[in-house]
Amino acid sequence: MSVAADNPVLTSSLLYLDGVSVSFDGYKALRELSLVLAPGEMRAIIGPNGAGKTTMMDIITGKTRADSGDIYFAGSHDLSHLDEAAIAELGVGRKFQKPTVFESHTVDDNILLALKAPRSAIATLFGRQPANERERIDRILETTRLKDHRARLAADLSHGQKQWLEIGMLLAQDPKLLLVDEPVAGMTDAETAQTAELLREIARDHSVVVVEHDMAFVRDLGVKVTVLHEGSVLAEGALDEVSADPRVIEVYLGR
Amino acid sequence: MIGTEMTQRLLDRNGLVFVGLLLAAAILVPLLALVAPAGSLLHMPPYVVALIGKYLCFALLALSLDLVWGYCGILSLGHGAFFALGGYAMGMYLMRQIGSRGVYANPDLPDFMVFLNWKSLPLTWWGFSSFPYAAVMALLAPGLLAFAFGWFAFRSRVTGVYLSIITQAMTYALQLAFFRNDMGFGGNNGLTDFKDILGFNVQAESTRLALFSLSALALIAGYLIARGIVTSKFGKVVIAIRDAESRTRFLGYRVETYKIVVFTVSAMMAGVAGALYVPQVGIINPGEFAPINSIEAVIWVSVGGRGTLAGAALGALLVNFAKTWFTDALPELWLFALGLLFIVVTVFMPKGILGLLDSMKPLRSPPVIASPTEAKQ
Repeated sequence: MSVAADNPVLTSSLLYLDGVSVSFDGYKALRELSLVLAPGEMRAIIGPNGAGKTTMMDIITGKTRADSGDIYFAGSHDLSHLDEAAIAELGVGRKFQKPTVFESHTVDDNILLALKAPRSAIATLFGRQPANERERIDRILETTRLKDHRARLAADLSHGQKQWLEIGMLLAQDPKLLLVDEPVAGMTDAETAQTAELLREIARDHSVVVVEHDMAFVRDLGVKVTVLHEGSVLAEGALDEVSADPRVIEVYLGR
Repeated sequence: MIGTEMTQRLLDRNGLVFVGLLLAAAILVPLLALVAPAGSLLHMPPYVVALIGKYLCFALLALSLDLVWGYCGILSLGHGAFFALGGYAMGMYLMRQIGSRGVYANPDLPDFMVFLNWKSLPLTWWGFSSFPYAAVMALLAPGLLAFAFGWFAFRSRVTGVYLSIITQAMTYALQLAFFRNDMGFGGNNGLTDFKDILGFNVQAESTRLALFSLSALALIAGYLIARGIVTSKFGKVVIAIRDAESRTRFLGYRVETYKIVVFTVSAMMAGVAGALYVPQVGIINPGEFAPINSIEAVIWVSVGGRGTLAGAALGALLVNFAKTWFTDALPELWLFALGLLFIVVTVFMPKGILGLLDSMKPLRSPPVIASPTEAKQ
């Protein structure tokens, strides 16, 4: 292990990235990216296209391997050698930019598949249904306002409903950390406001990282903001603080 | 109560009709053949029994393919390989039953080995004089091949058209390998001239009738197992993999394990189909590995209705009846007809015949757990 176990920043963090670099065919998607998220914290990540936001999520969830650097979860789990399933089992949930739900399953079944339960093939083939499954599904459908749509196929939902269903699936998974990629892209203003409310509700007992372009939405969230640029952190702080930062202004307006 | 709950899960309306018809055929065809006088309408001529028996084996192959393709999105263009391996396992047992009745009258070696001047039975043939051993091998050989194939292909995350091409290459490679005499499986000519199965003459009408019924029962069993799988939570995960593989992964399911399990179970079903097929047609040769066979099986499934199980079996029966009629009446047109059928089905009936039947009766409860979205391969 390259990180000392008694590093207090690490042991008290939920997510700890230190000097993470990735390149694809010579293109440096992340350069020495460092980021620390405290347990229970909600964080917004902003940055222009190509800043490395999605790559950062890929690294955390095991989709992409880092070339160098440390990635730790909950202060002790080294994520750099685990696959997607193992990282998800540790308690990292991810929402994609494009709503990704199981289209030919009902809303109910989508949540059922996401519910925290044994994931092995043997358990799903021969396991019995846990008794409180129904209530857990009900509660999540309540939160995501999908109760009236529970028997519909996910394919038949509107764009916004699919986004909420996916957020509902993340809730069902009950992760310690939620990574949310552009949750309001393509939503109406009303849906956007509702989504902000939903995320704040979720943030009460989960840590959340939100990647977003929509500044109004980020303002709505009212949380600490990290600005990424060319694969590393450019600025960090409250939204008003970072948007007054001349370097941030240059990156955003200079293009 | 669990019993009825289970029955309801396994048998929807289409399933009841499907299993009912098969069960009736399995009982009535042999019964009427014994009771009704030969020549009467109720007495199916032996060649028809043999023909339908063969088609039932194809139907089981189609069912197994539908399990991986219709539900898990794995388009296997090499499922004929598993069918053929099951067939070879049975063929080897049947060869050993010939004993000293072969042309060379050698009690220890099949004819082709005597012809090749071999002195002793190769290791691969050990145990095949025992029926239980051969039966286990008919499951194990395709199962192990599928497991090994899946272990490498699915863990390396090969998907889509690339995976299909590899499955095609697999069956082609096996065909080439089995063509070689020194493989020890009869080379080009394969295995034939069978005499007995479990002491009964393979040519006898009663044996044919028994094989017919067994094929129908195997198809029922295959259907119920497949239904059991796709209606379980496991099956929901499998459908989820088909619809959104990466989402399934990020939910914490180990996708490759699920794929390996489904693929292996499916291959074993195909192996059983092959093992029942060989005594009914009386021969197994490397031609069974031909890529075209596997592709035809894909056509059966899409004609009948992908992701419906019963539809896949129905498609196999219908296309093969059509093939038999065409190759008799208009032999030169068959391949054109097959191609046309595939295009018509793909363009106008994406859910196949069963999907079409179901959509014409909107009042019926939805019979398909989940029909595949068209865009997926």
